[in-house]
Amino acid sequence: MAEPMGFFTDTTVCIGCKACEIACKQWNQLPATNGGQNTISGVSYDNTRQLDGIHWRHVRFIEQFDTRDPNRTDGRWLLMSDVCKHCVQAGCLEVCPTGAIVRTEFDTVVIQSDVCNGCRACISACPFGVIGINPVSHTAQKCTLCYDRLKVGMEPACSKACPTDSIQFGTISQLRDRAQKRVGDLHQQGQTEAYLYGADDKIVGGLNSFFLLMDKPEVYGLPKDPQLPSRNLAPSGIGSGIGAVLVGLLGLLNFRKRRMDRFAAQGHRES
Amino acid sequence: MKAKLNGAKIIHVDPRFTRTSALANIHAPIRAGSDIAFLGGIINYVLNDKRWQTDEFFQTYLKTYTNAATIINKDFKDTEDGESGVFSGLMEYTGDPMNGFVGEYDNKSWQYEGGPAQDQGRSAATGQSGEQSVESGQESNQQPQVKPDTPLSDIPKLLLKPAPNRDETLKNPRCVINIVRRHFSRYTPEMVERVTGCPQERFIEVARTLLDNSGRERTSAFAYAVGWTQHSYGCQMIGCCALLQLLLGNIGRPGGGVMALRGHATIQGSTDIPTLYHSIHGYMPHPSAAKAKKHDTLRDYLATETLAKSYWANMPKFMVSYLKSMYGDAATPENDFGYDWHPKIAGDYSHMPMFIRMAEGQVKGMFCMGQNPAVGGQNAILQRKALAKLDWLVVKDNFEHETAAFWYKSPEVQNGDLKTEDIKTEVFFFPSAQVAEMDGSYTNTQRLVQWHNKAADAPGDCRTDPWFTHQLAKRLKAMYANSTLPRDQGIKNLLWNFDFGPDSPELHQGSEPSEDTHPEGEPDIHKMIREINGYQSADPTKHLKSFAELKDDGSTTCASWIYSGVYPEPGKLLANNRQPDPPTNPAQTHLGWGFSWPANRRILYNRASADPAGKPWSERKKYIWWDPESTADPKTGQPWTNATTGEPVKGAWLGYDVPDFGRNKPPDYKPPEGAIGLDAHSGTDPFIMKLDGKGWLFTPTGLVDGPLPTHYEPLESPVQNPMYKQQISPVVKYWKRDDNALAQVGDEKYPYVISTYRLTEHHLTGVMTRWLPWLAEVQPELFIEISPELAQEKKIENTEMVRISTPRGTIEAKALVTGRMRPFMIDGKRIHHVGMPWQWGYQGVVTGAVVNDLVALIGEPNVAIHEGKTFVCNVEKK
Repeated sequence: MAEPMGFFTDTTVCIGCKACEIACKQWNQLPATNGGQNTISGVSYDNTRQLDGIHWRHVRFIEQFDTRDPNRTDGRWLLMSDVCKHCVQAGCLEVCPTGAIVRTEFDTVVIQSDVCNGCRACISACPFGVIGINPVSHTAQKCTLCYDRLKVGMEPACSKACPTDSIQFGTISQLRDRAQKRVGDLHQQGQTEAYLYGADDKIVGGLNSFFLLMDKPEVYGLPKDPQLPSRNLAPSGIGSGIGAVLVGLLGLLNFRKRRMDRFAAQGHRES
Repeated sequence: MKAKLNGAKIIHVDPRFTRTSALANIHAPIRAGSDIAFLGGIINYVLNDKRWQTDEFFQTYLKTYTNAATIINKDFKDTEDGESGVFSGLMEYTGDPMNGFVGEYDNKSWQYEGGPAQDQGRSAATGQSGEQSVESGQESNQQPQVKPDTPLSDIPKLLLKPAPNRDETLKNPRCVINIVRRHFSRYTPEMVERVTGCPQERFIEVARTLLDNSGRERTSAFAYAVGWTQHSYGCQMIGCCALLQLLLGNIGRPGGGVMALRGHATIQGSTDIPTLYHSIHGYMPHPSAAKAKKHDTLRDYLATETLAKSYWANMPKFMVSYLKSMYGDAATPENDFGYDWHPKIAGDYSHMPMFIRMAEGQVKGMFCMGQNPAVGGQNAILQRKALAKLDWLVVKDNFEHETAAFWYKSPEVQNGDLKTEDIKTEVFFFPSAQVAEMDGSYTNTQRLVQWHNKAADAPGDCRTDPWFTHQLAKRLKAMYANSTLPRDQGIKNLLWNFDFGPDSPELHQGSEPSEDTHPEGEPDIHKMIREINGYQSADPTKHLKSFAELKDDGSTTCASWIYSGVYPEPGKLLANNRQPDPPTNPAQTHLGWGFSWPANRRILYNRASADPAGKPWSERKKYIWWDPESTADPKTGQPWTNATTGEPVKGAWLGYDVPDFGRNKPPDYKPPEGAIGLDAHSGTDPFIMKLDGKGWLFTPTGLVDGPLPTHYEPLESPVQNPMYKQQISPVVKYWKRDDNALAQVGDEKYPYVISTYRLTEHHLTGVMTRWLPWLAEVQPELFIEISPELAQEKKIENTEMVRISTPRGTIEAKALVTGRMRPFMIDGKRIHHVGMPWQWGYQGVVTGAVVNDLVALIGEPNVAIHEGKTFVCNVEKK
């Protein structure tokens, strides 16, 4: 296996240009919502709204302005390009019943469209809400970390297109070094709120796509403490196969509810 | 972002909190159009700063490299006299109303004492202010003795004037620096807050940061988007920035300067080799038939436009070589190189008056290439109605955009104001190839010319712009081939030799152009860039190596002198160079990447990067320097020689860039009596295109609206000018028509300030983006950004449809309620500020109202740019 590869997304240099979204769509030939005839969301400049089967990169726009202060003295506009985390312990991979989701030689997680039967189990298993059904293929899809490009030694389309290197591609060890140094620099410049999300193994064993954030994960729509579906499975050896499936399904439902609650809470914060 | 990562501080000044503000260290919000008050405030802050007043660097740069010490005419009266807000010389405008001026200045009293910078007489009287070149002109009452037989090379000598008076002690109250100090003395932090709405503390933080990051060891740069120009005093805003940068010693040095971030690829190129009406190639003024401009003959033109001192003394060489590029062998000394065949202008032919003429039925036809005025034009309703008065309209673009479809799809047709069956305009649509489907060049804002190669075949019948223009020219020439009419001699004699021929392979670096790379009918654009670069008239295969080789006798042909050197020999096009400096190279000027005009120079006026003695100001900001021992070019080993005598010389300017100065001119050089051209400048005069070699804090000539920037209100403003009795620029261009009405000052019907702009996701009128589903999806709908405060007042919900109106038009858009917008306190009055992107129209994948329907036709007096960046409107729930 090649060395683990991934993304380091430094949100402090993201300019919100969405070049990553477009480059991703172009390379992966993903359709636009309603042929492009979309509507504005009203949530800042975010009109693609989420990661799903046709949005494998998504730029979040988080406006933090105290409107009681006419001068908006401490106003911030956080910008962040979100993507599949390519988890070291991937929930989607755990639950996929057909084996369509595989871990590649680059330690990335890829859904093979021709093996996927569209059962949607992975969609609810993903603690980050990354996966969706692509209306063209009718299968579950998400970022492949441009597996086809990596195979021929090219970097993924999004990081290639990123004009400020907010999205950096490389080996995980190299990216972690770089990210830690960047956090150190920011701390030195007085921006002590900077920290890394997913660069160590605390979050689902580590994220091969990790982030430098300036506020709580929830602010960026990221779970503070994401859980894997396997957490809800009873210890091995108890019950029959059918029982295990039942428990698993309950776990999924339970998880899904938690996720919906979280989204509802998040929606409340944004409004 | 790279600069920021390296420790640079980024300051963003904008009414809105934008994506740029999000990444900046400081965001300073100001009301749109109050920029001169803000910059003037910084100037005042700098002038009163202790460090600035005592620091040797600032004071030396000021005294030596700028016109701070030059004395101004005693008749000069500033805007501060009685806070009138107008300069001496203001008079009524009596010229053609089509030129739009509401007044004009006679700039005689603004001149240098002792030796006028160049008195252009009644500067705005031609109605073509833009025609006048900043560097040129003559005292109208003292035309030099140019006779029909005066040799062209004698003209600069005849124009020689005494040097202006200076007071090196800066004590004389009429010294430029003292006038500047008085002029800006009322631009205090309190006044800045009152006029701009920016809190004083924030303003002072900006001024402090800028000052702290300027000096011997550090430089600061200004970068502006072209929206900065789109004001009725846009040139003065940029000029104000230049004035500040000169005070801070940030011009001609690495990391300094004033950078225009262009709104288009190769907009720089389109002014170098212009699509502008008022200038010809290489920033030479367009020959004019207007009475106040003496351009009757080639000699008259040269006597009016040449400068005796500065590099512009070479104007006769530039002009004659240009005429040779126009008329080839037909251009001879006997016929003044065909000067009489050259078109002359007689009024303002810029975009806005052209469309007014069109609206009045005076324009028969229009070629519209790469432009979409039905969306992008100010007062777009008027412009679309004007299109209906044309006999014919040719649109060449990638898609059938709003201008091409105006006759059946425009709002006027939809609402019954126009009926398709009544529109006589015959519209021809030519599908266009994209830029990746052709060879060509880009010139970016740093004047860097970069060649690009065709990457794909254009689909179907799409043709390139060169193909279209080439075929059109050939057909026109064929039509006029047998004409004997004098007026047709220009097109008859026009040199048009761009067909592929036996000499093409040599130009193409040995590669035979094939049908695949150059489809039938394509011109050989290497021949075009050869003509731009210049060649020996007798043998086009002998390319010019630089503009230093140009002659005024017709022996050289060169379309645009500033580009000379880009193509020094066949097969060696320097725009193709792709050799960056390695990271270890201290220079980082990348002279091996592309070609930067003039002469591959990366920073203009870079003599100012060294101190008067020729030593770098600091090790950190080392750029070019004087080496008194140098005997040969370190790169080529070629010994230095005197250009006229051929004798060896010692001492040269060396460094990381091509010096923008006489290579062997020592820092202690003093010009002898009667010297012309660069010989007339001393060894410490960096600004080689200026008559006096100085950076101009005070502009005695070249701007028609005043020698110093002054805060005026936009034509539509919610407040009386808090600073002056004069409300608006007294010489602005405004075309008074019923369909171009303005709101009154403080009009209650239109209480909000509005600014228009573009979004990252779309380009211009959207022809290259709104037709692409991926880009349409990310910004699908037109919106108006309003503050939560205004939304609450008007009970407007987020994403609700609202109606926006001005005296010109009414449109609808969705409201985007955001804390990034804020109200301003202006002169004690709470003013709401709203903003709209203007990139939607009625064609394409996603459509929306045309925001320019709201905007008035108002022209900046120097260059006739519109005032689309600030006006007033009303916003109502639908």
